[in-house]
Amino acid sequence: GTEDSRIATMVQNNKVVVFMKGVPAEPRCGFSNAVVQILRMHGVEYDAHDVLSDEKLRQGIKDFSNWPTIPQVFINGEFVGGCDILLQMHQSGDLIEELRKAGISSALLE
Amino acid sequence: QAGPVEQTMHKKLTSCFEPVHLELHNESYMHNVPKGSETHFKVVVVSSQFEGKPLIQRHRAVNDALSEELKSGVHALSIIAKTPEQWEISTKE
Repeated sequence: GTEDSRIATMVQNNKVVVFMKGVPAEPRCGFSNAVVQILRMHGVEYDAHDVLSDEKLRQGIKDFSNWPTIPQVFINGEFVGGCDILLQMHQSGDLIEELRKAGISSALLE
Repeated sequence: QAGPVEQTMHKKLTSCFEPVHLELHNESYMHNVPKGSETHFKVVVVSSQFEGKPLIQRHRAVNDALSEELKSGVHALSIIAKTPEQWEISTKE
């Protein structure tokens, strides 16, 4: 539907795109906060969309990615996962590699 | 005492993944929801079915197994999905 095409545009708009509860300066849920903190550690710039201020987006993003929970992280237009997956990728070093593939150098390498 | 949703989730995970280790924790009390709620869960599934599968596929499989619960009351599900080999390494650390 139209919501799907709107979201498809959103996830292509930046190399890293996050759908979260609240905004990066003020996350409204611990899981969304964890994603913000991880991306901050890697010095990543990203687009963030607050699902709490957009009811259509809150349901639409779940349908789009076929993933039932928020937050959701996209890199290079591809769905990467939620908070657990990002945290485990951060711990294993896979996140640095995934960012590198998208042409982003993690601040943790500096 | 596990609530009805937790008991159903436990049964589904057991039959879907035949796990060698399964933990299901109702963490709703840590969140701003009424006492006795079944909204926030953490699950640890250790199964040989995860061998050769990337994280995203493992998590999708767990989400699929619990799709009815996620469509109704459960809105947060924290997942750890490991193979028996990975589990053995992580418990030795």
